[in-house]
Amino acid sequence: MGAQVITITSGKGGVGKTTAVANLAVALAADGARVVCIDGDIGLRNLDVVMGLENRIVYDVVDAIEGRCRLRQAMIRDKRLPELYLIPAAQTRDKSAVTPSDMIRLCNELRTEVDWVLIDSPAGIERGFKNSIAAADRVLVLTNPEVSAVRDADRVIGILEAEEKGTPSLIINRLNPVMVKQHDMLSAEDVLDLLAIKLIGIVPEDEGVIVGTNRGNPVALEPKSRAGQAFRNIAKRMKGEDVPFMNLEAGTGLWARLTGRK
Amino acid sequence: MFNFLKPKRSAANAKERLQLVLIHDRTDLTPAELDALKDDLLDVISRHVDIEPDAVRIGLERDGRSQRLVADIPIRSMARRRGG
Repeated sequence: MGAQVITITSGKGGVGKTTAVANLAVALAADGARVVCIDGDIGLRNLDVVMGLENRIVYDVVDAIEGRCRLRQAMIRDKRLPELYLIPAAQTRDKSAVTPSDMIRLCNELRTEVDWVLIDSPAGIERGFKNSIAAADRVLVLTNPEVSAVRDADRVIGILEAEEKGTPSLIINRLNPVMVKQHDMLSAEDVLDLLAIKLIGIVPEDEGVIVGTNRGNPVALEPKSRAGQAFRNIAKRMKGEDVPFMNLEAGTGLWARLTGRK
Repeated sequence: MFNFLKPKRSAANAKERLQLVLIHDRTDLTPAELDALKDDLLDVISRHVDIEPDAVRIGLERDGRSQRLVADIPIRSMARRRGG
């Protein structure tokens, strides 16, 4: 069988890719899967702090690629979940230290070791992005309901289609249901209509995400967190489970068209 | 309280602006280039048939993730052409 390699990308920076990777990895691993996440942002390492693993780093992805350590040595074991690992980005190198074929080779080695490989793509559409999508079986595009994020997501979707990576699935992150209700934020339906790809999840804006990041504890581990629940639902949909979309606006029927389908 | 004084809610602005921007991004055609294309298209067609220039509608439309150039070009009827 072998692992599925999933890349999360967005075009625009700061929309929540790293947080999404950390949370999806934690959600999959909490369900018993063996998961490795790779920080693809060489020179701007961040997945380690979001996951709370920054003090455990010895080797990084470039060390593994250039043979200074064995792959296993670059895999940092998570402190909460026994089958969750992080391969951190190199902090003192730049994107040119890695090639797309390096990433394909690295991921092929990981495929036999684990169930999921999640790659956190850097922002942009250049080398780091190309490296991050090279090995992907499936790409998730993450956006915010906001003009610049949606426009960049559309560019990235176009590039993925041109590179024959297939049509990616969409995560809408940081949706604020109150602003949507006041018609001062694009709704999930608006974003879907504009981007015209399949939706895999909507994550509501949630202050708990910042609190969790402050402590290095992804919210997907907190049973009561709304954003955490949204990430857990996306993890289930990645596994092929049919999970209804969360009712972010209980009682208003605003989400009826989205949630009522299927 | 002064809700009636407020302009249209901003989500609608965002969507309308994105619809236009995405069409131009996806086709790599600026509005000026699209106008030039329309002029050329009408020139060619006018060489073969008599058209109604004021009633012509040419534009880009979205269809899922693909765009199409849709042209509606009314042709003057024979009778009217003969009539002068």
